[in-house]
Amino acid sequence: MTAPALRVGSPQRYDRVAGPGRMAVRAFQPWLVNYRRTWRGTIYSSVLMPVLYLGAMGLGLGTLVNQHGTASLGTVSYLVFLAPGLMAATAMQTAVGESLYPVFSAVKWQQTYQAAAATPLRPGDIFRGHLLFTTMRLTMNMIIFLAIMSLFGAVRSAWVVAAVPVAILTGLAFATPLDAFAVSQKKNDQAFNMIFRFGMIPLFLFSGTFFPVTQLPAWVRPLAYVTPLWHGVALCRALSLGTADLAGALGHVAYLAVVAGLGLAAGARSYRRRLHV
Amino acid sequence: MSEQPISRQTLPEQTLPARAMSGRALRQLPLRILPAPLLLARRGSLGGRGSAHLIERHARAYRHTWLVLASGFVEPLFYLLSIGVGLGELVGRVKFGGQPVGFTSFVAPALLATSAMNGAIFDSTFNIFFRLKYAKLYDAVLATPMKAGDVALGEISWALIRGGLYACAFMVVMLAMGLVHSAWAVLAIPVALLIGFAFAGAGMAATTFIRSWQDFEYVTLTTLPMFLFSTTFYPLSVYPRPIQLVVDCTPLYQGIALLRGLSLGVVGPGLLWHVLYLAVMGTAGLAVASRRIRKLLLR
Amino acid sequence: MGCPLGVPKYPAGPVIHFELSQALGKVSDVPDPDALIRASGLTKRFGQFTAVDGIDFELRRGEAFGFLGPNGAGKSSTMRMIGCVSPPTGGELTILGLNPVTQGAAIRARLGVVPQEDTLDVELTVRENLLVYGRYFGLSRQVIAERTARLLEFVQLSERANDHVEPLSGGMKRRLTIARSLINEPEILILDEPTTGLDPQARHVVWDRLFRLKQQGVTLILTTHYMDEAEQLCDRLVVMDGGKIAAEGSPRELIDTYSSREVLELRFSTFEHDQAAEKLTAVPADRIEVLADRVLLYVDDGDAAMAGVRGLALEPLTSLVRRSTLEDVFLRLTGRRLEDG
Repeated sequence: MTAPALRVGSPQRYDRVAGPGRMAVRAFQPWLVNYRRTWRGTIYSSVLMPVLYLGAMGLGLGTLVNQHGTASLGTVSYLVFLAPGLMAATAMQTAVGESLYPVFSAVKWQQTYQAAAATPLRPGDIFRGHLLFTTMRLTMNMIIFLAIMSLFGAVRSAWVVAAVPVAILTGLAFATPLDAFAVSQKKNDQAFNMIFRFGMIPLFLFSGTFFPVTQLPAWVRPLAYVTPLWHGVALCRALSLGTADLAGALGHVAYLAVVAGLGLAAGARSYRRRLHV
Repeated sequence: MSEQPISRQTLPEQTLPARAMSGRALRQLPLRILPAPLLLARRGSLGGRGSAHLIERHARAYRHTWLVLASGFVEPLFYLLSIGVGLGELVGRVKFGGQPVGFTSFVAPALLATSAMNGAIFDSTFNIFFRLKYAKLYDAVLATPMKAGDVALGEISWALIRGGLYACAFMVVMLAMGLVHSAWAVLAIPVALLIGFAFAGAGMAATTFIRSWQDFEYVTLTTLPMFLFSTTFYPLSVYPRPIQLVVDCTPLYQGIALLRGLSLGVVGPGLLWHVLYLAVMGTAGLAVASRRIRKLLLR
Repeated sequence: MGCPLGVPKYPAGPVIHFELSQALGKVSDVPDPDALIRASGLTKRFGQFTAVDGIDFELRRGEAFGFLGPNGAGKSSTMRMIGCVSPPTGGELTILGLNPVTQGAAIRARLGVVPQEDTLDVELTVRENLLVYGRYFGLSRQVIAERTARLLEFVQLSERANDHVEPLSGGMKRRLTIARSLINEPEILILDEPTTGLDPQARHVVWDRLFRLKQQGVTLILTTHYMDEAEQLCDRLVVMDGGKIAAEGSPRELIDTYSSREVLELRFSTFEHDQAAEKLTAVPADRIEVLADRVLLYVDDGDAAMAGVRGLALEPLTSLVRRSTLEDVFLRLTGRRLEDG
């Protein structure tokens, strides 16, 4: 069998390094290619989870809450109270799901990151490429969530549309620092269990998704207020109920943006340290 | 709440590392549950003394990750607390057995049952699949005098030992928070172990049919709705009659009803039906799993 | 060697670059105008540990250049520095006339890398692996598709194009990694232990493909701890040990310089081994190496030496006369066997 003629030292080589945006798009593509084969399953859970939670907690548990009185919720039904909070919490979970294990696997188990680092892509490009993918997944899930919560009749204001970008930003405030953390893990994924156990689960339970933070003892509340999830929950809820005011909204957005921005800087640094040793 | 909405990950877990999968599973599960020494002594088709060696192997392996094991205990604590300070305030009191009870007292036994289920399912599905397909642990085990039945029994026993420890810790917290209302609650731990046994048996049997990581979606799709709808957070009476009948048939409901009755002191001979249901489920699962493991590995 | 690819062996780019830089007086001490990679005093430290300890070498266009050494010699660290994914701690490194620290991306655009462990995406098909990788270089789908067809044919994987990577054999995965590394038509192909872990037959297939690439004018730089691989593939190589370069030259030159023409290998029973080794000093030889299981006599004429051994009334269990190899060179230079690490 004769080998075909190959060419090497191709002449168009000098224009292969592009600006950061286009390089990030290049790094984003493998995630997309991969996603093309698994998207069906993800849509399935993206639809099913909100339906199950809104049904069981919003409607089922809601009957008990509504009987007892909802003055502390702002006299809306429990479903209406819960849905926007759950939206922000779902954004957090999507972001966490796309950050920790996929990133660790790419750098440790599959080494797809190392493969990418051997090309013109810089560590920062690889990082931002993954964030593009996370953003895409967040956008999909939040739109699906909005549709489902509308079908449940859990929306009180058209402003709820603005909750989608807010939830995406909330997700990114988790995705950027967790990407930075995941990529820096050298040995194994053990630390991730701790993050879930001592980070995500308490956040999920105590950041105002299921009950107002004001029910927490006064000394614990400040802890809830510093978490990005609380800001996301508070703003999504205000938008969905139509009670948002500009100053409050800007404050929440600014806080989330600062956290996401810090994560962005940390991620660029830890990707470089891990991939260019 | 003990299971979070899962965004399905697009990368690795599906082929590679079970570790990814097991890690992902781990975070969804608050508690685990139990096995019984008398089971260990049994011999014959369901396995024998050899299973003790497998338990020892797991105990050794977990010495390296004891922190993960130990910290698993705080998870149910978080759930209990959030219900105590949060949802409990919103709901007030719930009627059970004709008596109004505090919402936290109402939910706590259900969380114990769910933990028992989740722990047993985690150990008997994700972990076993990894050992079966990736770590090739059983190939190594069966190259020795150990039998397939030893493997099945050993795995279930290990799941139950872990679960038993967690159940004890959970009961201590319930006592401390004043959520136990009856002396019958001393039976809660053996019952938690029974729930674990039922789910571990069924889970292991199911695992032998699982082909790839994708199939684990089905496991989640079974356990999550059960957790949310099997009267964990509100009484059966919330549902219309036909749905009540469906919920009544789920194994988690059986476990929750049993634990709730014991913990709140609403006890009658009817509870024995729940015990029988769970015992049959576990034994059948174990029998199927032994046969399937033999078929899979000793070809 | 002809150029079946229709690619001139000396494309204009780098040469012009060289002339320009010389005209500007920036590169004054350039010994070889055609060097694609130039390292001097190149050093890599990880904390206290020095992996690469001030090495000098040059890679010329069109040659196959090898780093031979045991595990831990610093070969992979060197490769990673050349691949611009590991900034040097000291010394100078110029690749394609560019600085790897500041112009890493531009350099990597022109390199092909075959890492020590396959970094294939096991969830994708063979074809998708090339597609995804090609997109990293900013190549259009059309260009990638056209190159993929040729590359897969080249590495004999055309029939597996739509198969998943996972079930491929080790040799096939390696060949796919090689195909992937060629997707950008690189000027330098970097191979880190290209056949480690493969069975003998798979190794020969990989060697055959690499040899063809070499014939087609691809510049290769590779590491190996197999002396046969180095002899097969390398025009020129350096022997590395403990982060330093112990010797440099073509395989022939190294053998001529550091070893004798022939080697007589003797194996004795365990009881006699030490005594026999002592007695053998009476046989005239350039050098005697006493290994744990064998005694090696470096001589010009192996048969004559064997006669001498018999003259001492020694009866080895087995005896073998062979040509010197790079293994002997390595043993001479470092006192250790290659595979010992």
